[in-house]
Amino acid sequence: MARMKFLCDADRCIECNACVTACKNEHEVPWGINRRRVVTINDGLPGERSVTMACMHCTDAPCAAVCPVNCFYTTADAVVLHSKDLCIGCGYCFYACPFGAPQYPRVGNFGSRGKMDKCTFCAGGPEADGTKEEFEKYGTNRLAAGKLPLCAEMCSTKSLLAGDGEIIAQIYKERVTKRGYGSGAWGWQTAYRETIAS
Amino acid sequence: MARLLAQARFIIGALALALILAVAPLAHAQQPTVANPTGVNPTAASVKEQQLLNALGNGDAIHGRVSIPDQKSANLIHPAGRDWRHFHEVTLRWIGAIAILGMLVILVVFYLVRGQVKLETGYSGRRIVRFNGFERFVHWMTATCFIILGLTGLNITFGKPLLLPLIGEPAFADWAQWAKYAHNYLSFPFAVGVFCIFLMWIAGNIPNRVDVNWLKRGGGIVGHDHPPAYRFNAGQKMIYWIVVIGGTLVAASGYLLMFPFYVTDIQGMQLAQTVHAIIAVLFVAAMLGHIYIGTIGMEGAFDAMGEGTVDVNWAREHHPLWLEQEMARTGPNESQRQPMATPAE
Repeated sequence: MARMKFLCDADRCIECNACVTACKNEHEVPWGINRRRVVTINDGLPGERSVTMACMHCTDAPCAAVCPVNCFYTTADAVVLHSKDLCIGCGYCFYACPFGAPQYPRVGNFGSRGKMDKCTFCAGGPEADGTKEEFEKYGTNRLAAGKLPLCAEMCSTKSLLAGDGEIIAQIYKERVTKRGYGSGAWGWQTAYRETIAS
Repeated sequence: MARLLAQARFIIGALALALILAVAPLAHAQQPTVANPTGVNPTAASVKEQQLLNALGNGDAIHGRVSIPDQKSANLIHPAGRDWRHFHEVTLRWIGAIAILGMLVILVVFYLVRGQVKLETGYSGRRIVRFNGFERFVHWMTATCFIILGLTGLNITFGKPLLLPLIGEPAFADWAQWAKYAHNYLSFPFAVGVFCIFLMWIAGNIPNRVDVNWLKRGGGIVGHDHPPAYRFNAGQKMIYWIVVIGGTLVAASGYLLMFPFYVTDIQGMQLAQTVHAIIAVLFVAAMLGHIYIGTIGMEGAFDAMGEGTVDVNWAREHHPLWLEQEMARTGPNESQRQPMATPAE
């Protein structure tokens, strides 16, 4: 099986936020929740870079380690998913996540945050693939339909790559070699304990 | 003339071509990579993840700007969660296990070695009011909340390794959901109780010289001594201040977690959870000692908080100075305090 990863080529990202919009639309994510966002570092300064970020589906995921009810699981494709039936909305995954991925539908209502929501790599949840229940809780299951995450699929500059880690790393390396520069795979060191030389 | 000009043009053209051909490899060699036709490297001046990560202080995040309304999401990477994860999964479990199991072992060993602190002069049959109805209500309200808060709190840290394998994930998640609600909502009566305890018993809990003597003589717990004490002895004063200070810190750090982002950010909540958890497990350990001495540890002690009265002999053995004060004001069989002075006719 593949080891699914995201890779944002920051030298290509133009901060169009189409990945954010596509994600919200595809999964009908509730108002106030963003599974993906684009962060601009050094905004307005020389050397500014924009990076799109969501759940990175970490190796040895911190959210899964700290969850008091064990609601996280890792699929055969190494996608980190969770069960909203088990989640108690305690917020611990949010404290541990290095990427700020977990989201809560209600913030600060006497600790009743509601069930945690995050990027599923378009792979749904524990319910049967493609069912209505799965869609209502987790959004579309594109992976089960043989498609990759929509954010990356429709990225206009092909800055955001999603797919098997080795293949997208190879694509990125070829780009770096061909154009002669690259600012590295953002977040890979933190999520997967590896970097792509550039 | 025209032929000469054409020849000259040909020669100049050939020279120019030769020059280009000769210079081209040189120009080519000046570029390090074959495939960067412009020769510009935009990454050279760009912001680098590694530099940002290296520059991070403890608890900092790589921060940028987002165009969505949720400004909290402007933190791109904050690696401090790793330290918190290690605390929650490893350090806290050790601290909690050592504090709570250690206290239980000490109490069991102490009970087996020392046994119950007996009432040496026996029951007199005469009783004196020690805690009135309001005091007992506040005590038991706070105590009930504390026990539930303690168990539901320990469930968050120890439930996954201990309880979850026994009852399975769905049942454990249901229990943990109710436990979380109980933990959140019972924090309010608990905090009110701690505040009432603070006001209600502050007068009797200021440390004084009698406490030094009491502590020097081991409180009469270790041997069979009975060092004098007013209404609260030094041990009870310690419990009082543990409840007041510990309760305040636990409540304050807990409300930071219950109202996320109202006061503090993620790093602040990681710190609040650390403080909350460490104080809470030490608090539980201290209260185990309190429960022990108030029940099986000492004969006649439970009546004080149970029915509100104690035997006069018990009061004479454990709180002689307090008994003297009370006797000066009330008769031993009267539950109502008499006025301090008779009003002038």
